[in-house]
Amino acid sequence: MTDSLDELQAQALQEIEATGDARVLEQLRIDYLGKKGRVTERLKQLGTMSPDDRKTFGDRVNRVKDAVWRAIEARAVLLAEAALQAQLAAETIDVTLAGRGDGVGGIHPITRTIRRIEQLFGELGFATVEGPEIEDDFHNFGALNIPEAHPARAMQDTFYVKDGGYVLRTHTSPVQIRTMERYVRNGIKPPIRIICPGRVYRVDSDRTHSPMFHQVEGLYVAENVAFSDLKYDLMTFLSRFFERDAEVLFRPSYFPFVEPGADVHMKLEGRWLELLGCGMVHPKVFEAVGLDPERYSGYAFGMGVERLAMLRYGVNDLRQFFENDLRFLEAFK
Amino acid sequence: MKVSENWLREWVNPQASAQQIAERLVMGGLELEIEPAVAEPSQQVVVGRIVSIAPHPNAERLRVCTVDAGAAGMPTIVCGAANARVGLLAPCALPGATLPGGVKINVGDLRGVESQGMLCSAKELGLAEKSDGLMELDAEARVGQPIEQYLGLNDQILNLELTPNRGDCLSVQGLAREVAALYALPLSRPRVKSAVVVHDQRFAVELESTTDCSNFSGRVINGLNPKAHTPDWMRERLRRSGIRSIHPLVDITNYVMIELGQPMHAYDADKVKGTVRVRRARPGETLRLLNDADIKLDHAELLVTDDNGPLGLAGAMGGAASAVSATTTRVFFESACFGMQAVAGVGRRHKITSDALYRFERGVDPELQRAALERASELAIQICGGEAGPITHVGRTQPEPVHVRLRRSRLVQLTGQEIQAREVEALLSRLSITLTQEDSGAWMARVPSYRHDLRIEADLIEEVARLYGYDRIPARPYAAQLAPSRPSERQRSGARVVDLLVARGWQEVLNLAFEERRMHEALTPQIHAIPLDNPIAETHSLMRSTLWSGLIASWLHNRARQVTRMRLFESGVCFADVDGHIVETARLAGLASGTVASRQWGVPARAVDFYDIKADVVALLETSGAPIAFHAAEHPALHPGQTARITLGGEPAGWIGRLHPRVARALDLPEQPLLFELDWTALSQARMPAPGQLSEFPSSRRDLSLMVPSDVPAQALCDLARQAGGVHLMRANVFDVYRADDGDASAKSVSLELHFQDASRTLTLDEVDAAVAVIAQSLHQGFGATVRA
Repeated sequence: MTDSLDELQAQALQEIEATGDARVLEQLRIDYLGKKGRVTERLKQLGTMSPDDRKTFGDRVNRVKDAVWRAIEARAVLLAEAALQAQLAAETIDVTLAGRGDGVGGIHPITRTIRRIEQLFGELGFATVEGPEIEDDFHNFGALNIPEAHPARAMQDTFYVKDGGYVLRTHTSPVQIRTMERYVRNGIKPPIRIICPGRVYRVDSDRTHSPMFHQVEGLYVAENVAFSDLKYDLMTFLSRFFERDAEVLFRPSYFPFVEPGADVHMKLEGRWLELLGCGMVHPKVFEAVGLDPERYSGYAFGMGVERLAMLRYGVNDLRQFFENDLRFLEAFK
Repeated sequence: MKVSENWLREWVNPQASAQQIAERLVMGGLELEIEPAVAEPSQQVVVGRIVSIAPHPNAERLRVCTVDAGAAGMPTIVCGAANARVGLLAPCALPGATLPGGVKINVGDLRGVESQGMLCSAKELGLAEKSDGLMELDAEARVGQPIEQYLGLNDQILNLELTPNRGDCLSVQGLAREVAALYALPLSRPRVKSAVVVHDQRFAVELESTTDCSNFSGRVINGLNPKAHTPDWMRERLRRSGIRSIHPLVDITNYVMIELGQPMHAYDADKVKGTVRVRRARPGETLRLLNDADIKLDHAELLVTDDNGPLGLAGAMGGAASAVSATTTRVFFESACFGMQAVAGVGRRHKITSDALYRFERGVDPELQRAALERASELAIQICGGEAGPITHVGRTQPEPVHVRLRRSRLVQLTGQEIQAREVEALLSRLSITLTQEDSGAWMARVPSYRHDLRIEADLIEEVARLYGYDRIPARPYAAQLAPSRPSERQRSGARVVDLLVARGWQEVLNLAFEERRMHEALTPQIHAIPLDNPIAETHSLMRSTLWSGLIASWLHNRARQVTRMRLFESGVCFADVDGHIVETARLAGLASGTVASRQWGVPARAVDFYDIKADVVALLETSGAPIAFHAAEHPALHPGQTARITLGGEPAGWIGRLHPRVARALDLPEQPLLFELDWTALSQARMPAPGQLSEFPSSRRDLSLMVPSDVPAQALCDLARQAGGVHLMRANVFDVYRADDGDASAKSVSLELHFQDASRTLTLDEVDAAVAVIAQSLHQGFGATVRA
């Protein structure tokens, strides 16, 4: 009896150890430990035994039952783990293959530059205003103190449409005029603090000139606006735009719509470069829009977006901005 | 304007290099560059005199000259110049000399005769663009003197790029005034002797209007030597100012213009008849100009005339008929002040540029005429001999002085800097602006006659500020004075829309806003385009009426560089003439070509189609919250079977479709890309979010498969289903469309997905089934749809 119980345990453990299949293992559990299992069967012999034998034998059978049960449990864990490993191995992919689909596109470098300018001036309290690109003579020239046949008109060769009745705006200054007119018309009092980005047009085409390009002009009108305000705002802008302490120079210059007028130069890579024009709004401009030049003063400035972008990103040929070669554009993603 | 540094220093001589002076001027607001007097200097070139000339034994066109070169001896020089003659003084390059262009002069054999140097032309010395024969030097030239010394070539040229307001600086005198002001130095004017009046010949002068011509001084000089020539020193100075020597009398007028700033004209007095008049042109008059151009005077041009008609275009260019020539012995000098307004526009109209016009357009000193005439007379008599007649002067004898009020308070307010009264007075006095204190405490400034740019207080403030130094004005930090802006949540910024498209793989391009007519006629013939009056090129002759023209250009550019898959977009204004009115519309447009995805392992290659870009368009519009609809429609540029007109909330929003094959052929395009164009008014709309109450009860889904005639649009089925579905139908959309390959071409199978839900309870099966039945019934009645088994 004893021997056969040991044999039974040895056989069970051997069969458990030998199986690699969870279903076979389950069958073994039923075969040995089930209600009619071979170990369970042995317990039925207890009824025929003396009380002493019954205790001894019962203990022995229970130990066999425990051993078999533990062996099955251990084997089950092992098999589950092996099955999981096999599943994982089967599901392994080449993670170095490219992801499906395509990447993002990008904005044009001019858009990028204008956004940056808008952001920096926005933090200085400037609102962005836009206006028409085909303008009348008054808004593009007359209101800006550039009378007919004035030599200053030759400074900006102009495109005309409708038999000279309208012009393609040569700068975004007309937006300033329209904004001031709107304030006066609606009875709103300054301060006015705006920038006007947009396309402008001049009859010119070469390596450094394009018949269409972009400008951002700025205007600040309030009581007691001074040249020193202009200096602060532009120096602040330039040092932030170029991300360096700006060595900036204001030089006297002439634009018909400002007085005093100035050019702003900045030292970049050891060279002084003219970056923009500016000055205090000319009293005739205030008169043209109906603001009292005695009560209000203001400053205006204008900058070429392409020029700033060229300096900022090291672009040498202006025409690259309008060729739209994707190799160029994708560098600005 | 170009001016010799040495000449300037005769007027004002700061203890500073030319470079330093230039920097000071630049900081004072004058743009200029420094150039050398000669691009490349010569070395070992001296003044030589031809002592004797013999024929060359072996060459007919060469001659053998013996030249007195002073200390350098008497070299024998073979020369081919026609003007070589005994006694001629000419530049002589000695052996070892270097000429511009790196030319080395050595002793050499010229057809069997040893030549010990070279006699030079002006061109060979870099003193002229072209020359005819040897440079003939004045008799005053000292033999053996280095040419550099004789011509004063150790000089520099100040090349000024003046802004239009500073016409007063367009002369040595004017520039010297500015330098003197910047350095606070006095000006030393050369003394001019008034000519002795010897005869009384004169022309009467009449001015039609003293607005057109405020002053006119004229004088006749008789007995001029027609053989006289312009002295070397004057020629050199004119050359350095970029002016070619033409005729002694013309050279003198040019010299006076550069020196003093007064443009003058020299008429051959024998060709002027009767009374000289300054008047406007009469209809039908014509004039042959000095440059032999014949012009029609139809725009009331300001003229100088005599009894026979126009002599010249006042202030711009003289006429050919009355010009001085090699036989002129009597000259009539004109020194006049023509008004800026009177000469404005004449240059552009008649395509004339001249130094005189350039100055008159910018304003000439109205008090300068008589002094300039005296200076020209002095030079004429000195160079050409002759006898002066009396000066005829008409016009405003005493021009009204200009006074401008200046308040120190305004100066301080506009600059932001406290500049003391005494300093203001000192700075302005350097510009010869005199200030007198008024009772009000303000100053009254008297402005010099040559400063046409100083007319209002702000002009004077600029003068003070620039002499004070812009760099000394402090920067004042910005203190907010403005109310913050009020952005509406119902508007979307352009950047958000653009970034959405970028995130979906589209690349922005930016084209010139012009359009070629050919492109316009192919793409948007229905739009009345706006042509430019003065286009820069035929390809840029119209303002663009669609962004597609630029997108196609960008597409072709990259296609030529082996890129085939593209998603390009552009944002910008399009132009149209609507009933004579210019209309600008801001739009966003895209172009797609190539495969749906770039070539890759995980996505089957398939050409991009209408529905791919439709998804992008819907993504751009759906956050507006308004219903988006696509209507089958026709557009001249687009494929009639693949075109939709887009509406947003019933309002036109744009177009989408594939390029029409006929248009592709007309424009010679290799394929037909997909296009869309949307108005920014639609794109800017944003929905005010309102999530409402979410239902806690389950929804029911039903699929409804139908056979419908193939021409029924999916959108119509959905619309009708929604209409018929009752309050519980939350959503109806097409999830499958099927056309049997061998089946009936007039019908298609369409499957709808219907979602039902109630906010307060779970719907019963019967309720949902009933609703589906109503929908099926409506679709049957509306479109003949039958439910598939």
